[in-house]
Amino acid sequence: MRNYRVILSIAKTHLLSKFRQTLIAALGVTFGIGSYITLVSFMTGLNQMLDELILNQTPHIHIYNEIEPTAEQPVTLFQDLKNGFNVVHSVKPKLSQKKIHNAEPLMKFLNTDERIRGAIPQIKTQVFYIAGSIELGGNLSGVEILKEEELFNLGDYIVKGSASDLHNTSNGIILGAGLADKLALEIGDRVQITTVKGDIFPLKIVGIYQSGIIEIDNVQSFTNLKTVQNILGEPGNYITDINVKLYDIEDAVPISRFIEEQFGLTAIDVKTANAQFETGTTVRNLITYAVSITLLIVAGFGIYNILNMLIYEKMNDIAILKATGFSGRDVQLIFMSQALIIGFLGGILGLLLGYGISLLISHTPFETEALPTVETYPVNFDLSFYVMGICFAMLFTFLAGYLPSRKAKRIDPVRIITGI
Amino acid sequence: MKPILEARHIDKHFRKPVDFHVLKDINFDVKAGEFVSIMGKSGCGKSTLLYILSTMDRDYQGELFLNAELLTGQPPNKLAFVRNKHIGFVFQFHYLLPEFSVLENVMLPARKLAECSPQQIRANALHKLEMLHISHLAQKKASRISGGEKQRVAIARALINDPLIIMGDEPTGNLDSHNSDNVLKIFRQLSDEQGLSLLIVTHDLDFANQTDRIITMEDGRIISLN
Repeated sequence: MRNYRVILSIAKTHLLSKFRQTLIAALGVTFGIGSYITLVSFMTGLNQMLDELILNQTPHIHIYNEIEPTAEQPVTLFQDLKNGFNVVHSVKPKLSQKKIHNAEPLMKFLNTDERIRGAIPQIKTQVFYIAGSIELGGNLSGVEILKEEELFNLGDYIVKGSASDLHNTSNGIILGAGLADKLALEIGDRVQITTVKGDIFPLKIVGIYQSGIIEIDNVQSFTNLKTVQNILGEPGNYITDINVKLYDIEDAVPISRFIEEQFGLTAIDVKTANAQFETGTTVRNLITYAVSITLLIVAGFGIYNILNMLIYEKMNDIAILKATGFSGRDVQLIFMSQALIIGFLGGILGLLLGYGISLLISHTPFETEALPTVETYPVNFDLSFYVMGICFAMLFTFLAGYLPSRKAKRIDPVRIITGI
Repeated sequence: MKPILEARHIDKHFRKPVDFHVLKDINFDVKAGEFVSIMGKSGCGKSTLLYILSTMDRDYQGELFLNAELLTGQPPNKLAFVRNKHIGFVFQFHYLLPEFSVLENVMLPARKLAECSPQQIRANALHKLEMLHISHLAQKKASRISGGEKQRVAIARALINDPLIIMGDEPTGNLDSHNSDNVLKIFRQLSDEQGLSLLIVTHDLDFANQTDRIITMEDGRIISLN
């Protein structure tokens, strides 16, 4: 270990005597790592925001009754025709009830599962919104608003009023922002709701909802579970949908499969429902890493060049070190440690640079109608990027330093000293 | 007197550009405390021989002993250690590390050997510099002192690990007569007062005449051992 102190002190002297070249080499690494940190923080921040935009409000598992034809037609059950080629024309689904049978015991059962954070009921129905002479079609969801807020962050998207306002008002409604605009309604106004059956119901607007997705904001409104049951004239156990939030999103597929098999309901997991988001995330990550690694390779070539030059300049030194008893390995270590010092210092500076730029970006205002919860550009300050960054810096400088230092190791001191 | 350095049947060929038999059956030894010079015309192979004896050149046939230990065929790391501990080197063109101070240059082989504490190494190095009357240069950069001074620093560096033998490749070849005399005087003193063995390649007859023994070489052979 004492040996290594000598080697380090020689490496340090070499680096300091060529301060400008050292600085340039280190700056190459700094820019590489800095842009890696900036890119990856910004990109993943953006990814996270987009994912959250969808995933936060999306249940991990959505349970409902799908209207679909029975997979097993009577003919397939008939043993005598088992080996025949049976064709059934014009298969029609049976009009079954929309409500989930025994929804309350089912939810109670799901809530006992320790992988499940919560399973909450919803009633979805089509309605018309009427204000004055304007009539607009849309969806009305009956929800347990406080639980929705807790599990699916509904509160983030209520831009005026609040979730508890709805909870405290029996005939309240939280109207979609697009609907409110078209109907020219504000908080405190009343809106008439017509069901498909033709019943008219007046509701008081207690909040405005804006998800950022215009197609949703133009049709979607929320009210209490009870209110929808009243409007539809259904009893208190009438529930059409159950939304499940899990602790770990990876459990979504097995649990949804289990529910489908056990209860004969349709259960859609979030991965199936939002497959395209995964793809987008993957592609953005790919671009980030491709750009960063390209920058680091360029920085690596810079270090390679500078070390090569240094070794040519230090031929005499290398010969004298070897003549006085430094082994080839020692000489290699001298130049390797120079590369690694450059990598480490450049890397640390790069992390600081990256952090600075990320900080700057995260304070840049980013206001858009579509994203009511976002005020500045999203940046992901994940510590693991910084750990990765410094590892990349060390790895690339190691590779860049390896070849020149191996050359230094192999230099024959006799050739240098005798001037052959 | 037991031999410090022994060469037995050393042969060497240069293979490039054409095969050339540069050293032919070299046999001799250097006894403890002996001051030996090797003389000969340019190209007779005396420097080549010195670099074989110094263990830096490993491409030869024959056997080489230092202090009765066989060095031929030892791995490079072991040879580097031997050079570090037992052999002190002085070259024609002084070869100090220019970015380091005089003191650091002298300390370097001892720090590599790492047998003493840094304080001891420092004290040792200062002592060697004092012995050679150059302690006032200790903090100067090696690139900023004169040629004669550089050579004395190189000698101090060669002495730092108290080697068995000092080898020199025309150490006075690049110096004026005043500095040459100075270096010779130092070598003589080391031999007489400290009993150090020295093996110096030179083609300066005045220098060689001051040594205990002159080995004369011609065309890759030793033609006289006295």
